[in-house]
Amino acid sequence: MSSTFDTVADIIANASDVERDSITPDSHIINDLEIDSLAFLDIAFEIDQAFKIQIPVEKWMEEINQGNVSTDEYFLLKNLCARIDQLADATAA
Amino acid sequence: MRLEYFQMLDELEALNLDEPSIVVRSRVPDESTVFEGHFPGHPLVPGVLLAETMAQASGYLLLALDGCKRMVFLAKLKEANFRNFVPPGTEMTVEARRIHDGSGYAVMQASITSGSKKLADAQLTFRIVPFANDELKAHVEREAARLGFLPSNSAQ
Repeated sequence: MSSTFDTVADIIANASDVERDSITPDSHIINDLEIDSLAFLDIAFEIDQAFKIQIPVEKWMEEINQGNVSTDEYFLLKNLCARIDQLADATAA
Repeated sequence: MRLEYFQMLDELEALNLDEPSIVVRSRVPDESTVFEGHFPGHPLVPGVLLAETMAQASGYLLLALDGCKRMVFLAKLKEANFRNFVPPGTEMTVEARRIHDGSGYAVMQASITSGSKKLADAQLTFRIVPFANDELKAHVEREAARLGFLPSNSAQ
């Protein structure tokens, strides 16, 4: 997770105006880091490439928009990193 | 190519849904009102319209891959290079390939050449979303038919 967090935090810092030092596992990508949807496309692309996965952004947004889960579930950085690890493990299996 | 109507492509040359990639031909018209302003005495296709040309070729590849079920919208143009002037009458080959298939988005690499001369290239990111209405979907399908390719599900 720590390695995943570092990689994701680096990606976010490179794709946005957010200072790398201000990104923590408890940062919320939308509420705290104020990443807009276009920047998130870049971030999703870089994460997909780095971890050789496909983040199911559409499925996640559908669940959020239907009120089934809170944005914390996918956009709180520590939760996002845990999801990435799960996806990477599933891809490697 | 009809610049005033944003019909940037003329005819499909090759479509490979496995790679996936597309090659489309387009000829710059000898005359257009666009050239009256860009530029008087030195007519050139504007770079933004070359970007649109690469976006349309990329977009039709994505539409073909998806069976024209959803619309694609250009979201980002990255590392766009306009390497040579493009005057009236230029025969262009527009190529695009998908370099990443994301969830609700795709990243493409596209280029325009004329013979051995490189005219433009760029990386393009598209959002993939439901069609806003039937009118738009019908227009896109008509344009795809005009270019000479059928969406993958229509070919069955």
